[in-house]
Amino acid sequence: MTQILPRSPLLNAQGVSKRFGAVAALKDASLSLAKGEIVALMGANGAGKSTLVKILTGALRHDNGQILIKGQDRRIGSPRAARRAGLVPVYQEPSLIPDLDVRDNLRLGDTPVEPFLHWVSELGLPDLRLDAMIGRLPLASLRILDLARAIAAEPDVLLLDEMTAALPADLVDRVLTVVRAQADAGRSVIYISHRFTEISTLCDRATVLRDGVTVGDLPIEPGIEERIVELMLGAGVASAAQSRPPKPRPAGQKPRLSVRGLAAGTKLTDVSFDLHAGEVLGVVALEGQGQDEVFDVLAGARKSLRGTVLVKGEPAHFAHPADAIAKGLTFVPGDRAHALLMQRSVRENIALPLLARLRNWGPIAMAAEGARVGAAIERLQIDTRAQGEVRRLSGGNQQKVTIARWVAKGVDTVLLFDPTRGIDVRTKRQIYDLVRDLADQGAAVLYYTSELAEIRLACDRAIVIFGGRVVDQIEASAASDAHLMRAAYGLTEKDRATEKDGATA
Amino acid sequence: MTQTLAKHGWTLGLAALFAALLILTKMIQPDFGLSGLDSLGRAALPFAFATAAMTVVVLAGGIDLSVASMMAVASVTGARLMDGATETEAVWIVGFVLVVGLCMGAINGALIVFTRVPDIVVTLSMLFVWEGTALLILQGPEGGCAVWLTNLILGGLTLPLLPEGLTNWLPKSVVLVIVVLGVIWVPIRRSKLGLSIYAVGSDPLAAYRSGVSLGQTRIIAYALAGLLAALGGLSLTMSTGIGEPIPGPYLMASVAAVVLGGVALTGGKGGLMGPILAVFVLRLVRMDLTLLSVDPNVTTIIEGTIMVVVVMFGGLLALRGRIR
Repeated sequence: MTQILPRSPLLNAQGVSKRFGAVAALKDASLSLAKGEIVALMGANGAGKSTLVKILTGALRHDNGQILIKGQDRRIGSPRAARRAGLVPVYQEPSLIPDLDVRDNLRLGDTPVEPFLHWVSELGLPDLRLDAMIGRLPLASLRILDLARAIAAEPDVLLLDEMTAALPADLVDRVLTVVRAQADAGRSVIYISHRFTEISTLCDRATVLRDGVTVGDLPIEPGIEERIVELMLGAGVASAAQSRPPKPRPAGQKPRLSVRGLAAGTKLTDVSFDLHAGEVLGVVALEGQGQDEVFDVLAGARKSLRGTVLVKGEPAHFAHPADAIAKGLTFVPGDRAHALLMQRSVRENIALPLLARLRNWGPIAMAAEGARVGAAIERLQIDTRAQGEVRRLSGGNQQKVTIARWVAKGVDTVLLFDPTRGIDVRTKRQIYDLVRDLADQGAAVLYYTSELAEIRLACDRAIVIFGGRVVDQIEASAASDAHLMRAAYGLTEKDRATEKDGATA
Repeated sequence: MTQTLAKHGWTLGLAALFAALLILTKMIQPDFGLSGLDSLGRAALPFAFATAAMTVVVLAGGIDLSVASMMAVASVTGARLMDGATETEAVWIVGFVLVVGLCMGAINGALIVFTRVPDIVVTLSMLFVWEGTALLILQGPEGGCAVWLTNLILGGLTLPLLPEGLTNWLPKSVVLVIVVLGVIWVPIRRSKLGLSIYAVGSDPLAAYRSGVSLGQTRIIAYALAGLLAALGGLSLTMSTGIGEPIPGPYLMASVAAVVLGGVALTGGKGGLMGPILAVFVLRLVRMDLTLLSVDPNVTTIIEGTIMVVVVMFGGLLALRGRIR
């Protein structure tokens, strides 16, 4: 018989740490949750949110620290164990089996059908058929089914990871109402979202992570957004890194790439921007705001729903990656493994795009190739081993190869998706230099980065995407981390809207 | 109604194809009757069990290249033990062989789950291991088989209390396949184990998050395949009366029937009915081509062509459905 003291936490994680090899994903994370409380878990990209979520739900094991559930020390070994401990998550991606119907999915997870149907209709999908195949339902419905399934399991703690990201506005309202009612009925909720408006209407407290450490735990009150942004950024806010002087753009020049009102998938709703020759345009966005879709569409890997893309002033339509390449758009994916032939040499990897240009079906022109590649390798500073297999290089050097090959070839437009993720500082600098080389050669570069400081280091200008729309445009020299972070959370747009209101009033 | 039609469309299509082929056979060979059906049923028997074994692992998102070798082990184990054994002892021997099959499959599955070596590599290696094992048990085709076992698949079905003419057009071998597979598969399909097998094959991450134990489900799926392969091996011994240590052409044939039966090789999609029907379709095609005295080499070309055309046709239908 345990006495539950008032305010005694239902879930209390203290000093949780987790390393992946040499990288510490979590150093000292803490999170506590009282009965009936909704706590927002906040943090910039890479702060350790998803690692903490995985530990709490049994997908990963923590190295150190303590997780107390109802006062008992628990090590959660699997999702099933998490469920037994009363902790039910709703993950970012649907976790229903696509080839089974709704009823079988419920049986699989031992979810009672009646309460499930009750919550589904409560959440705004009254017409759901139990024999509907999961694989044929739209994404938004799947998110609702996931949530209804979680609530029907009557958990003590509900963990919602970006629950509303793929939902239309009316369903979002339903979800928020239901979640609030769940909390009022005594369930606790951990709520992860990039949307400050949802957090300020729904949550009681916010726990902020930065670099794997819990740096703040504050009650939600009006104006708390600024404080949370500061906490997420940490002490480095003021230290402005060396920035580049704004570059004068020749007037009257047509933009190399012009995107208007682009929409694709469920996340990308309305993105417009111009990209000029010789320019590096940064893209800032929190995870899953539609930036993946922008790059996919421009690379020809995904069809757009609406909007136009003009290349050098002429409308372009990409049905296939080959179309985009033919128009001079080169996509360098964030995952290096997708861009390189890992088992071939550095030399061959750099030469590959060149060969396509030399149109050599016959013998390879060794001399021409050798000269260009040699120059590229020198530029790369991958010291030696240029004859060695690419997979033996470090991640940073591999990334250099992916970019250097385009320097060697010379390209019109390059789409770089988070090129410096997981790379050491020294190599990062070299990558910035390579990107600058590309731009100086006259290439237009679109540069998505998950690291705000890179906007000043590598870009001329930046656009900020939030909720599938461009919400801000900033000259790189004026882009402080704080400003970018606030913009990425959609906070500057609100300022501007209120300013406008003030002006009209 | 339309939903069930859509769900079982592939199986119904195969059934229609089979019926059309039966009519065609009757046209080629007007005296095609019980004895024809009976020989078709017996020829299809080992293929049907091999295909059932393959279907279960493919549904669970895997593949088992050692199916034919496991059949050989089961066949020689049964034949060697039954050589000189009494009819009642044979009952125990059948049970023992089935347990052996279950264990062989479980070993395959456990190796895949615990070593994390890809299924295709593990089962390729085990193909050779079980092949060698079979040759250790019997060096050549020999051994024996209980009479009641042989009679189990011989001729048409006669049931007590029913007039003979009502049922004896149905070959016993076909009934045996239907009953045995029904007894094994139907309860599993309806249980949580069955759902888990589909879930693991369909989306392992989602299955894991739904609380399914991936490793356990995979091992059980492979063990089931071993059990079904053992039944296939026993059926070989039943139809020939001896044990055969050299694996027959059942590996490729079972993959072919799985594909033709509408099971996705990526896992999670399909059922057992389709592949079993596909076995009979493929056997009947072969029989018709033999009746037409087509060159055996041309026969395999035709079989391959039929597979590609049917699967392409099905893919086209599925594609149209998705676009609409």
